[in-house]
This record gives sequence, structure tokens and C-alpha cells, in this order.
Amino acid sequence: MNKNYFEIIRAGINTTFQDQGRKNLYHIGIPFSGAMDNRNYLLANKLVGNELDHPVIEFAYQGPLLKYSGNNINIAITGDINFMIKRNNINIDGKCYQTFNIQNGDEIDIISTNKSVYGYLALGGEIDLKYQWSSCSINTKANIGANNGKKLEMSQKINISKIDKDLNNNKLDYINTKIENIRIIKGTNFDFFSQEGKKIFFEKEFIVSKLSDRMGMRLEGPKIENIVDTNIKSEGLIKGVIQVPADGNPIIMLSDHGTIGGYPKIGVVISADYDKLVQLTPGSKIKFKEVELSDAETLFKLYELETQNLISRI
Amino acid sequence: MIKNILNLGDAALYCDFGKDVNQETNIQVIRYFKSIQNENIEGINNITPSYNKLIISFDLKKTNFKDLKNIIENLSITNVKDLENKKIEIPVCTHENFSLDIKRLEQILKKKRENIYENFFNKEFFCYMTGFIAGMPFLGDLDETMRAKRLETPRVKVPKGSVGLTEQFANIYTFESPGGWNIIGNTPINIFDSTKEKDPNLIYPGDIITFKEITKDQYHNYHE
Repeated sequence: MNKNYFEIIRAGINTTFQDQGRKNLYHIGIPFSGAMDNRNYLLANKLVGNELDHPVIEFAYQGPLLKYSGNNINIAITGDINFMIKRNNINIDGKCYQTFNIQNGDEIDIISTNKSVYGYLALGGEIDLKYQWSSCSINTKANIGANNGKKLEMSQKINISKIDKDLNNNKLDYINTKIENIRIIKGTNFDFFSQEGKKIFFEKEFIVSKLSDRMGMRLEGPKIENIVDTNIKSEGLIKGVIQVPADGNPIIMLSDHGTIGGYPKIGVVISADYDKLVQLTPGSKIKFKEVELSDAETLFKLYELETQNLISRI
Repeated sequence: MIKNILNLGDAALYCDFGKDVNQETNIQVIRYFKSIQNENIEGINNITPSYNKLIISFDLKKTNFKDLKNIIENLSITNVKDLENKKIEIPVCTHENFSLDIKRLEQILKKKRENIYENFFNKEFFCYMTGFIAGMPFLGDLDETMRAKRLETPRVKVPKGSVGLTEQFANIYTFESPGGWNIIGNTPINIFDSTKEKDPNLIYPGDIITFKEITKDQYHNYHE
């Protein structure tokens, strides 16, 4: 019997354990997975005093309702999240980017993400989880990772094998900014598309479709016409690749993407914009803007510096 | 040999081995793949071999396109032995419950089902690559007369173990997944096992595969 645990009263829409993901497996068909929004994942861990590569609970849109049994434990929630802590029938308003000391009988009710998709709940301790290929990240398509590769469900328990003794309060002043312009580098099949198609790609707005998940983000809008071939010989993919199938609607590969694919690649989202991209909700408008490789590298360095700076302020 | 190295975004190398899809080119790709794997180059996250391309994705915090391109261009690939070409026989049941698209293929290929199966079962296939979903092998080459396009509307769910054909290739759905290949049968054996971390795939690039027809009874009584 484990004496410290969270019981899942409501699971939420897509609640999984995620960490830094697993590498060196694309060649057998296993994607990277891991937390979709890496910056918010790191900040959640840092706030509760965990190692930065510790597993956290990732949720989308509506998060879980968890009831705690056990000794006091620190938690932190990152993202843009509406949540509350229920203690003895009193509701305490939740604030992102700060620790809360959770006591026996408390409930954490993660009501919704605000105009964003993903949020992170870090627990100040060790969670009892199965690792596969050095990662507990849940891949629900291949059923790999903790919880037999399935999303968390009602009445399950999250067992805490060890609680951090350090229950310091940490706080960070940080507000997630949103972006509408997604910066991209031209893809290897950019010239498969008509002049008009290329123009549309950079000048028109696209809408994020409801058919978006951890595997990919589908876009709707003006069709991008292919004048060479709507199929290529299947080849490797990476996250951020924008493929355009025969129907002319782009699909952006996200963290659980298929490892190979046969649709032409019009562009690739730059690494600096990935965390912001995944937070775009269905219905959001986006526009693509081209940058050169050297600019993309500089932008990533700046983004990474900013992340490190935020981490060091906690 | 690599003909050209381009960047795919800011965190991957796109190594192009030419336009052709044939075993000779693919063996080159696999040799490069194994060679780069053996080198344990700092910063590389994933290496994905396919028919005629090799995609190397990396951690932009640790390296960059220019440096990695330089390393790959100057790599000697002599440290790889010839491919092992493991030979594997896969049992397949073609009962009507499993051969979801055989009627469609009869029409498209203008062949009787007996002829389609005769051609399929009397053939050695070469594994070009694995992926899309975990462990799925891409096997070739089907004869010119056996080549059909994908379904126009892909299935939302293709059953686990389904054996499918598209163009010059055959594949096996390692678990239930969406997909558009022409399904001609089903295998009772596990092609991917995530509990075997060291060796999760039954089939790897370079392996030689043959298919053997089994009855419905044999299918249901099959023990690995």
C-alpha cells in the first residue's frame, strides 16, 4: 500500500505523463514524444525543486480533478490555466508559476486552459512510473510509456514513492505570450507548389483545425496547389515539418508524429517557435513567415537563453 | 553515396541518395545509417533511413547544421560490415475476413485472386525501412503487374496484423492504425513488441522476408 497518492476524480480530456521524450528510435518507428511545450515543462519542474527532466502531468483543454491523500507535498502548474485548490470546502484560486503546498484531503481542480492547449502539473517528489527507452512519456498511439501507454482515467491512482522534504515556496513572474506569425524555413519540396500556391502559403491566413492532437496540427484555409506530384517516396519526418497532401490543406507534424511520410514538405517550423505553435487552439489564425537558416539558429539561441534566464530566476 | 545534403528546418540534415528506389541505393542508405549510429556523434537525436534518403535530426543546443554536415561529409563508412540479411518467414491467412481489399485488387490488377496470391507468396521481399508506426516494415519489390495505388479514402482503422500492398511495396500493420494500403491478409505473429527494448522489431532494414499461406484454423491456433 502506498500512503501518498492522488486519486483521479475526473481525468480531463487528454491527460498523460510526459518528460523529455525518447530519442534514437525514429528508425524503428517510435516518435520523440515528450512534453509538447518544453519551456513550460521545464519551469514546472524547477518550481517544485525537481530535476528538470522529471516526469510531469500534461493536460489539454480541460485538466484533471485530483484528490490527495498523504503527507504534505508541493505542486506547481504552468501554462495559462484556470484552476483551484479545494480545502475543507473552501476554494483557493490557483495561480500559475507558483508552488502550492497540498495537504491530505485537498483537491486540485484544473478547470481549463485559457486560450491555449497544454498545461503542466509538476509534483514535488518521485512518481511510481514505468519507463520505456529511458522515458515515461505516454504515446497513446503505440501504447508506449507509463500507464501502459494509455491516457489517465477516472479512479486511477498516481502513487508518490518519495516526497521532497524541501517544501519551499517558489514563484515566477511570467506570462505566456501568443504568436500569430509562425516562422518557417522552406521545405525540401517547396518547388512542388505552384507560384500561386507559394504566394498563398506566405500571404494568407490559415485556421487551426479541430482535428489536431499530439501527432499533428491540421490547418484549413486556401488550398495550396501542387504542380509536380502530390506523393513523394516516403522519407523521414521531424517535428515541425509542414506536409501538404493532395487536398491542399497543410498538416504540421507534432511530437507524436509518424516517423516517415510521403507528402511533399513545403516548410519546417523553426525550433524557436515550436513551444508557441503547439499552444494554438482550434480556430486560431496563423500566418507563415520565411526566415533563413542562420536567423533561425540565432532565434533559437535567444529563445533558449530566455528559457534559461526564467529557470535561473526561480 | 550521398549526392547532396540539405537542411530540413534548423535541426535536421536531409541526405539525398538520388531519385531511384532500388535495393542497391537503399543498402547504401542503411550502411550510412549504421555507420553514423556507431560513431555516437554528439548532439544527434535520431537517424531515419528510408528508400533513398537519410534524415538526421539533432539537438540545436548541442550542434548545428554546418558542423554536423561537415562531420557527415567526412565520415568513412568502412566500419560497417556487410548487411546480415536475416531471413524471416511470415505466416499469412487470406480468409475473406482478413482480405479486405482483394476484390478491389482483382479489378484494378485484372487478375484472379489465385494469381495475385500465387505471385505474392512465391516471392522474396527485401525490407527497405521500418517506421511510420512502430515496427512497420516496408517490403519490396512487387512485380510490375501487381502494383496498385492506395485506397482513395484511407481506412480509419486497419486491424493489427493486416498485410497490405501499395505500388511496389508490401507492409504489415504492427498495431491497429489508420491506413490506406490494399489489405490482402493477416498475420497472427507479433511484428513489434514494446516490452523488448533492445530488440522490439521482428523485421529490420536489410532483412529478407517471405510470406507463407496458412489456413484459418492454423491462424487461430498459432503459437509463436
